[in-house]
Amino acid sequence: MYRLLILITSLCFGMIQGLSAQDQTIAFTGATIYPISSEPIQNGVLVIRNGKIESVGREGSVRIPRNAHVIDVSGKILMPGLVDTHSHIGGGDGGDRSSALHPDVRIVDAIDVRSDTFKKARTGGVTVANVMPGSGHLLSGQTIYLKLRDARTVYDMIIQDPALHDGFAGGIKMANGTNPLRQPPFPGTRAKSAAMQRNLFIEAQEYQRRIAEAGNDASKRPPRNLRLEPIVEALEGKRIVHFHTHRHDDILTVLRMKREFGFRVVLHHVTDAWLVADEIAAAGVPSSIIVLDTPGGKLEAINLLYKSGRYLEQAGADVSFHTDDGVTDSRLFFRMAAFAVRDGMSREKALEALTLAGARMLDLQDRVGSLERGKDADFIILNGDPFSVYTHVEQTWIDGVKVFDRSNPDHLPFATGGHEVYRGDFFDHYSTGGME
Amino acid sequence: MRYLSQLFILSIVLFGFLEVSSAQIAVKGDKIFTMAGSPIEFGVVLVSSDGKIERIGAQSTVTIPEGYEIRKAAVITPGIIDTRSVVGLAGIFNIDHDQDQLERSNPFQPELRAIDAYNAREDLVVWLRNLGITTVHTGHGPGALASGQTMIAKTWGNTVEAALVDSVTMVSFTLGPSVSANFGGNPGTRSRAVAMLRAEFIKAQEYQNKVESGQNPPRDLKMETMVRVLKREVRAMIMANRVTEIMAALRLQREFGFELVLEGAAESYLLLDELKEAGVHIILHPTMVRTNGEMTNAAFTTAARLYEAGIPFTFQSGFESYVPKTRVVHYEAAIAVANGLPFDAGLRALTIDAARFLGISDRTGSLERGKDADIVLWEGDPFEYISRVCTVIINGQIASDTCR
Repeated sequence: MYRLLILITSLCFGMIQGLSAQDQTIAFTGATIYPISSEPIQNGVLVIRNGKIESVGREGSVRIPRNAHVIDVSGKILMPGLVDTHSHIGGGDGGDRSSALHPDVRIVDAIDVRSDTFKKARTGGVTVANVMPGSGHLLSGQTIYLKLRDARTVYDMIIQDPALHDGFAGGIKMANGTNPLRQPPFPGTRAKSAAMQRNLFIEAQEYQRRIAEAGNDASKRPPRNLRLEPIVEALEGKRIVHFHTHRHDDILTVLRMKREFGFRVVLHHVTDAWLVADEIAAAGVPSSIIVLDTPGGKLEAINLLYKSGRYLEQAGADVSFHTDDGVTDSRLFFRMAAFAVRDGMSREKALEALTLAGARMLDLQDRVGSLERGKDADFIILNGDPFSVYTHVEQTWIDGVKVFDRSNPDHLPFATGGHEVYRGDFFDHYSTGGME
Repeated sequence: MRYLSQLFILSIVLFGFLEVSSAQIAVKGDKIFTMAGSPIEFGVVLVSSDGKIERIGAQSTVTIPEGYEIRKAAVITPGIIDTRSVVGLAGIFNIDHDQDQLERSNPFQPELRAIDAYNAREDLVVWLRNLGITTVHTGHGPGALASGQTMIAKTWGNTVEAALVDSVTMVSFTLGPSVSANFGGNPGTRSRAVAMLRAEFIKAQEYQNKVESGQNPPRDLKMETMVRVLKREVRAMIMANRVTEIMAALRLQREFGFELVLEGAAESYLLLDELKEAGVHIILHPTMVRTNGEMTNAAFTTAARLYEAGIPFTFQSGFESYVPKTRVVHYEAAIAVANGLPFDAGLRALTIDAARFLGISDRTGSLERGKDADIVLWEGDPFEYISRVCTVIINGQIASDTCR
């Protein structure tokens, strides 16, 4: 009998060990849950299984399966993982100085998955990042949307998108204003910038037409063109154009180009958004904004004020935030939203801007950004008000796996820094020629 | 004509008088952090027309005289003091025209005076002022063996003269790779940089000997400044971040006996015993400094570690080369407070400790009778992201009156 018990016990133990953390059903109880897609839930329950959200709701209204591992997170805030719509973590690069337009360059080919910048970002609650090729170009390359999972290779982080040629979810990074203005082959003026960008889209339209005309006849199809393929994907709405733009007139130039070619676009940085918020809203174009402690540092950033979030919200435009890491530190992503709240953005909209709005701007709203049944189990646990300086991200979970735990002494240093914690590799906009 | 000119002079005198005269103000706060004793619950500060603090106490004990303009806030603190900045020399546009914090023709220029480059109307100064920073220790930046001098200014006043609190406060020295980068590899190594500095200090000792023995050497602005450093009239502020540089700075101090202030000090938590023994004040790097290069090992917890070790420190906004063009010193302190530094220690480092360190605590740094009325009115906890600053009073004058 005793032996049998041991046998059964060890069998069970073996089974539990055999299950990955993902497969186990886990119920988080007692927290205040911000689902984002619906009202906050006091004393909420989140049940996850197989890396997905099984259910979310008020205690008593949610069935907790009998085999579930229950984690009491009373007194905590539980909310979706943060979506950073513009980041330079991962040690990647982008186009070089040979051209102002690099649509064929993919940052996925330069990501170092072992970069500690990913671990650092997770301590700030970031679970998804749009990692951008570093710019200073009219078009610096294809971006990649990454889930910040523990990874051996970049394939452990990428998100599949079967609609795209290479199957990796991502967008296009473009820019106007002063950053791309430099010596030939770069443009020297704003109007030349726009002309060069329009020429590329026109070239892509022509390529698209020739492919369409060829139909199923492979012999008539034009040869593959790596430069134009991603632009055609943008024209077809499969790839979102992430457009760095600061000054009010540059913002309107982007809107004009969008009207002409019909691509889907997210405005990035959008320093002067508060001057043209109505125009942005009327165009139905979302903005991924950055809020910095102080304006200035370059001519087109002197109007970079805390109030853009409020203006865009009031105008009815969709808003997300981005770290632009290393311009700001992913560990303190919440801080940026707090400064927008300081200047009148609503708390609800600011929280949405850190999560679901960002997911929408990456076409990932069906998978991440809110706590809803069937979505990825990407969430964070906070020990207080998200907008308080005293609040820390205690845990970060991605696809049902805990990837950061502040109480783990091996993890904590990535949040606070210290001796030989970081390798110090980070994207430095200034030393790369004012590229952002 | 004569009448006209007299009228003109009269109007200037009157205008000047109006400009410096202050209203009588009563500032009521639910909580007043005086930084001289315990906070006062439901207190009031009376500001007299000469711009000084006239009285401070509980609202129940202080009667507000008639005619005083009243301001109210949840939290009142003394004006915030930034103990290391470059604003006023560095401007918001970040173009050659407004960047005077580092002169690159020579790595050793201690003679460069901050007062000759400080732009009191600089937008960055206005920005800091509106957020509650009333005093800045600013001047030449890091990045040269000796980049020049620093000064102390109030963030109020349209000329350097009007803003000035102290004209020559420290000389800014830097040890570390940024010097090589800024000066084309000359010096190109750490050892050579220290050798060059030692040579200058020795030259200064010789110059001092000549002066003191009546040999009347020709005037030498570099050496005159260095002699003031040797005589401990002006402090040597050395930027040193890694252990190697910090130890080199301590070695230089021992050899030449100047009064050392360490700036940056990213790895100071590795040298707590040595720093404590040397009795050095640290102007700690911005808490949120980017962790690359010589700042790779910077930690949010360093201020707390220095505090626990009893090493005197204050905060700085430092120097920023890109966006944002300056930091905000109490934002940096806030992150330290969120990472283990006690609230009170954080607030002291921004006010009374900073004033004492800069030698200006007779004028500012705490809310006490007779001191300059440098007062900040907050919506709540000064360290919270969402606590706006609604009124800033400097020298008894309302310098900002909008919540930001």
